[in-house]
Amino acid sequence: MNTIHEIVLNWGIFERMLAFVLLAPLVGGLLAGIDRKVSARFQGRYGPPVLQPFYDAFKLFQKEKIIVNKFQDFNIVLFLLFTIFSGALFFAGADLLLTIFSLALAGTFFVLGGFCVGSPYSHLGAEREIIQQVAYEPMIILVAIGMYQVTGSFKVSVIAQYELPLILYLPGVFAGFLYILTIKFRKSPFDLSMSHHAHQEIVRGLTTEFSGSTLALIEIAHWYENVLLLGMVYLFFGFNPWLAVFVALATYLFEIFIDMNYARFKWQLTFGSSWLFTAVAGVSNIIVLSLMR
Amino acid sequence: MSVLIFLIVFPLVISLLALVLPRGFHIRKTIGTAANVVLCAVPIYLLVANLDQGPSYFRLESGFVDILIFLLEVLIAGYLIYLSVRAKRYLPVVLVLIQMSMMIGFEFAYGHSIQVEHALFMDKFSIIMALIVGIIGSAICLYGFGYMPEYHEHHPEVKDRRNYFGFLMYLFLSAMFGIIFSNNLLWLFFFWEVTTLCSFLLIGYRDDKASQDSAFRALNMNLIGGVVFAFGIVYLFVTTQTMELDKLLLLDQGTVLLPAVCFAFAGLAKSAQFPFSSWLTGAMVAPTPVSALLHSSTMVKAGVYLILRVSPVMDNTVAAQMLTLIGGVSFLVTALIAISQSNAKKVLAYSTISNLGLIVACAGVNTPAAVWSALLLIIFHAVAKSLLFLCVGIIEYKLGSRDIEDMDFLIMRLPKLTAVMMIGMAGMFLAPFGMIISKFVTLKAFIDGNPAMAIILAYGSAATIFFWTKWMGKIISIRHGEAEVVEHTVSTWEWITLGILAVATVAVCLAFPFISIHVIDPYIMELFNTAPVIDMFNVLVVFAIMFSLLIILPLGLFYYAFINKHYKRVGTYLGGANVSNITFEGAMDSTQPIQLKNYYLEKYFGEERLFYVGVFVSLTLIFIMFGVAAI
Repeated sequence: MNTIHEIVLNWGIFERMLAFVLLAPLVGGLLAGIDRKVSARFQGRYGPPVLQPFYDAFKLFQKEKIIVNKFQDFNIVLFLLFTIFSGALFFAGADLLLTIFSLALAGTFFVLGGFCVGSPYSHLGAEREIIQQVAYEPMIILVAIGMYQVTGSFKVSVIAQYELPLILYLPGVFAGFLYILTIKFRKSPFDLSMSHHAHQEIVRGLTTEFSGSTLALIEIAHWYENVLLLGMVYLFFGFNPWLAVFVALATYLFEIFIDMNYARFKWQLTFGSSWLFTAVAGVSNIIVLSLMR
Repeated sequence: MSVLIFLIVFPLVISLLALVLPRGFHIRKTIGTAANVVLCAVPIYLLVANLDQGPSYFRLESGFVDILIFLLEVLIAGYLIYLSVRAKRYLPVVLVLIQMSMMIGFEFAYGHSIQVEHALFMDKFSIIMALIVGIIGSAICLYGFGYMPEYHEHHPEVKDRRNYFGFLMYLFLSAMFGIIFSNNLLWLFFFWEVTTLCSFLLIGYRDDKASQDSAFRALNMNLIGGVVFAFGIVYLFVTTQTMELDKLLLLDQGTVLLPAVCFAFAGLAKSAQFPFSSWLTGAMVAPTPVSALLHSSTMVKAGVYLILRVSPVMDNTVAAQMLTLIGGVSFLVTALIAISQSNAKKVLAYSTISNLGLIVACAGVNTPAAVWSALLLIIFHAVAKSLLFLCVGIIEYKLGSRDIEDMDFLIMRLPKLTAVMMIGMAGMFLAPFGMIISKFVTLKAFIDGNPAMAIILAYGSAATIFFWTKWMGKIISIRHGEAEVVEHTVSTWEWITLGILAVATVAVCLAFPFISIHVIDPYIMELFNTAPVIDMFNVLVVFAIMFSLLIILPLGLFYYAFINKHYKRVGTYLGGANVSNITFEGAMDSTQPIQLKNYYLEKYFGEERLFYVGVFVSLTLIFIMFGVAAI
């Protein structure tokens, strides 16, 4: 592991970006497969093979293209492109804030895709997706602020190599981040805009009018995004790469566990509790840090 | 120096021409267009000619001008009193009387002893403001040529006073140039009051009850600012014998803190920060060119201009912290209120106050990075926001409504206009565009100085995403079937202006390293002796996003519109009960049309709920600001 770590450190920016672009969907897809397997076990089922997400994606690509209007797919393509770009920026060690803003741009394209089709189910999903975005955005920015306060830099490369354990300085920020990570992973109780669970909704929210290859692109974008988010979890434990990877995976399993144990919240509760939790855990942490200086 | 005087006097001449030349006289538009070209060209010349020069100060034998300005001031005061008495409103009368008795008393007691060395001056900041006033101002006047005839067509009850309208618009431009080039505080104050007068008269252009109410509210609040401004000037001169802006900055902080706070207060009123925000939202009854010119891109910027000018005096004081917080509160609360508004012009007004709040907060923090981003915010906001106002102005008459909920399928009815509007909105909050660049730097500036502000910014940005994205979604939704295209009725004048501003929105983002290095950095160097270092890698990334968008968007749209043919097009899913693509089978065999509405979350972000919170918090902060300055 340490040797892998050193190899990655020796890479240039473009090599790291390329590595992310090629490897992230494999990791993300595999994680999605594990997710389905573990979820199935929680529910007392056997579950699909771990590689099932890949089979699904391949099959989706072979489906007939059915659309409602000509431009709906373009939004999704842009969503995918900018999600990949944000992830590539992050893993290249660039500015964390810039990554976050770029990810927000990607998210906006996704929402616009949902609005663009003019279908009631999609529209409702898109509205809820914005509410989710607004719910998690402050906390994500606070993560960047907190990390800057400790390390004195927004550069992911600097933060990742910081010797002291960030988590000891940012426990509140980490807790807040875990909370909104459930929204970002699209897990219950916060999977308002579109749900993986058939029992939560009959029509699949934002993605109602997307099918075939476009739906596959949405899934793939989600894989990329998940890897990026786990990368942010890694940063909190960057002082010890082994521990960091372990915690990132544990976080993922923890989110699955939460997913299994909750029914969907109303948007009011989702939104209110996220902002409140951000204020209690994140803001207090930031203020304590600024007073310590 | 002659260029500066030309910029002040030339619009004045044009305004008089606009007043006297009879309407329908074809030469009017020719003169107007030529004047606008000159007004664009001269500030650009000013920039190019002074690119490598520091600030210049100009001595002026101005005894005659001083007397003229004093007489005009008395005349304006008399006119305001006349109008107020006629409308049976007495608060403005009281305020004007207080202000005038102060100024007249001051003139007779000290008038002979005032020594002004440099009456006019110009530095990079003034040039930036001149470019904004010149280019955006004249673009909006062009738009007015197309807009005003239609305005009167749609409002036959409003008396047609187009000459008077043109007169006020150009008079206002003249006064704006006066504000940004004056070093003599008495002149600055005079031009300041002229903009108040123009704003008041233009808001009341319709001359009905609602617009009179709004006009007087704006007048009252700006006069309160004016009274405090006048007090600041008198106090400053009596204690320090100083009447010049640049000398003010050289004086001891303890003695000039109170006048500086007074000027900042006047700036807050002009920029419609809390607790004065209500005049700007009320001012939206005015014709659209007024909203675009006075109430988003220039006059409200005069407020933050003055605050940025005096903020170095307040550096590192409790008063500066209060100023930062007032800006922060205005930024956050108005961004939240904007979520609950469905009136397009009101959303734009609240978003304007919000962005001005951010600039005020930057001025309060007063570090190189903060001032740097404040200047960028001024530029980016002026361009994108005036563009959006003008778009809404056109939509209002094409669709017969300014409500966002009526803008369904706008992209089918006004496709090109929607594209322009998307550029404007993206310019306000999305990643590669200007506002987000400045927010990015602002955030960094805040974290070092004032983490509370960083937190406010985190929440405020989230709110900003909300109201812009849902509006964007509304206008780009597409439905099945045909929609009536109404775009051809938009006049050429309006298209030219939209074109200029849309290109400018993209161009200022592409040119921002140039603007930063050649215009903003020298100004920051003069103030702080250091300039903020921008991370070149980040600039490259921003450019990568920008260019990829500029390339991918047209190509992608072209591909999906013309090349991509392999698809099967179906209707939207309506629970399996589609009657047609836009109607479904409801209960009792009825046919229901689908309707898509946005969330406004009134319960959380309603205006009446949050407005008073903002007012009370900011009033408290203002009292503290004056309290610490007075002792």
